[in-house]
Amino acid sequence: MLSYLLFSVTIGGIYALLSLALNLAWGGAGLVNLGLAGFFGIGAYATALATGAGAPLAIGLCVAMAAGVLAGLAITGLTLRLRDDYLAIVTLGFGEIVRLVALNERWLTNGADGMSGILAPGKAALGVVGFNQAWAGGVTLVVLLVWLLLRRLDQSPFGRALRAVREDQELAGFAGKPVLRLKYQAFALSAAVAALAGALYAHYQSYISPDHFQPLITIYIFLAVTAGGIGRPVGAVLGAYCVVAFLEATRFLAAVVPGIEAVQVAALREALVGLSLLLVLHLRPKGILPERIPPAPKAPS
Amino acid sequence: MVQTSLPADRASASRPGTAGGAESVLDVVDVTRRFFGMAALDGVGFSLPAGRITGLIGPNGAGKSTLLNVVSGLLRPDAGAVRFQGEDITGLKPHRLAARGLTRTFQIARGFPKMSVFQHLMLYGPRQPGERLLQAPMWSRTARDREAELAERALAIAGRLRLSPLLDAPVTALSGGQKKLVEIGRTLMAEPRMILLDEPMAGVNPSLGAEIAAHLQALNAEGISLCLVEHDMALIRQLCHHVVVMAEGRTLVTGSFEQVAANAEVQEAYLGRRH
Repeated sequence: MLSYLLFSVTIGGIYALLSLALNLAWGGAGLVNLGLAGFFGIGAYATALATGAGAPLAIGLCVAMAAGVLAGLAITGLTLRLRDDYLAIVTLGFGEIVRLVALNERWLTNGADGMSGILAPGKAALGVVGFNQAWAGGVTLVVLLVWLLLRRLDQSPFGRALRAVREDQELAGFAGKPVLRLKYQAFALSAAVAALAGALYAHYQSYISPDHFQPLITIYIFLAVTAGGIGRPVGAVLGAYCVVAFLEATRFLAAVVPGIEAVQVAALREALVGLSLLLVLHLRPKGILPERIPPAPKAPS
Repeated sequence: MVQTSLPADRASASRPGTAGGAESVLDVVDVTRRFFGMAALDGVGFSLPAGRITGLIGPNGAGKSTLLNVVSGLLRPDAGAVRFQGEDITGLKPHRLAARGLTRTFQIARGFPKMSVFQHLMLYGPRQPGERLLQAPMWSRTARDREAELAERALAIAGRLRLSPLLDAPVTALSGGQKKLVEIGRTLMAEPRMILLDEPMAGVNPSLGAEIAAHLQALNAEGISLCLVEHDMALIRQLCHHVVVMAEGRTLVTGSFEQVAANAEVQEAYLGRRH
């Protein structure tokens, strides 16, 4: 049971990182990124390949983030003229492309069998519980650091300029803001955070396959950011932990419903997730912790 | 300072560096812009004197808005050139123009819906080190100093425009007139050398209109050149030192309001030809 709780905390932390990534691109710059699972997958495969070739964990994480940045820059470059729904569709396609490449390029990714035996630091030395404790703590620490960094960005003039791009990119240009540069930077940083989440996931699970990077993850993360509050990093983190708690709770909830089979339990969980999204949007359309307008400093009297 | 009341002869109107003898701030030279084969601008050219208020008038469809969009960097001209303070700025992106001191306002007040009045003012501040991705999380000394400097200016400008009580209000909560004032305020934050105003009085009540006119004159007194597109002739007469009349994508006449108003071609363009 303890291991299960620690597992949930670690997965919650990984979801929190993904939510922070989405919140930066979507909540910050208004770039709808439905390809989040793709960046997540790129990070996971990048570190699996790098550490598989003998690199230590730190290098693997750096390679994953670098791969995320490159993919983010490429996607931004390809979608510069797209906004809103159109950008969403293209990024969704990107996520699927990553999954399909992972599925079919067997020489690189071992296809549907996935990559196993990925470096899992501490697993042998610490034992199961110790390993889970260490990773729950480590991932939570990474979430804390990334959250602090992104919160700082959010409150800085950079965040202000990014918001302007989100609200009206043409007007942001007239306000003197380099719209293109801001978009590239926000999207690339967002992709790097998502890739970091993927890398941590790969090392924690020590096994990845294309099945782990289904678009459903992206939907969960959108649910997390929407529930937590779009445009506010702490909201994204809170939303992610809530979603993981909810997903795990429905595991037990659905099991107590009498007379349904395991497959139906899984379907019922998905239905509950959909229902909860509807409820959140209906009851708190701006999320639990909505975006705030920072107050102006008082004039010296 | 302006001698010509004759129909603008292209050569003299597009001669750079001068506008009726005065130093020019903006030169539009033979600018053409077509939409699907239709020439909205058909070789328009004129020079605007520095430090003055110029009115850009003309009947509907004359190409005033297109010209404003070309000069402000929203549209690229098909041919011709635009020079600002003697330097070629043809086709430069709006944020580059803002950095050079050329900004614009919009006919329908535009804003960033989820940002407050204060944030709008701060946003327009130029040269912000905190906008760089690598500097932003560090919140360096220079970035903080610049932010404090801009905040001080923003508060002063808000006071001048009597927007102080509304600093934390989102712009969506403001009245149409207050939005116009925010637009003027944020444009000022950009430290402009020249402001292009697209119908600053459209949809504004007379008392606020007078207030806006007074603000514009005060800005001009500080040395900022203004160019306004406006249909209100009384306002043009009251504010503008210099008037450019456009018709059918070309410059028709330039001169003082009286010279322009007395011109037969202008009357014809506005009222139609007598048959």
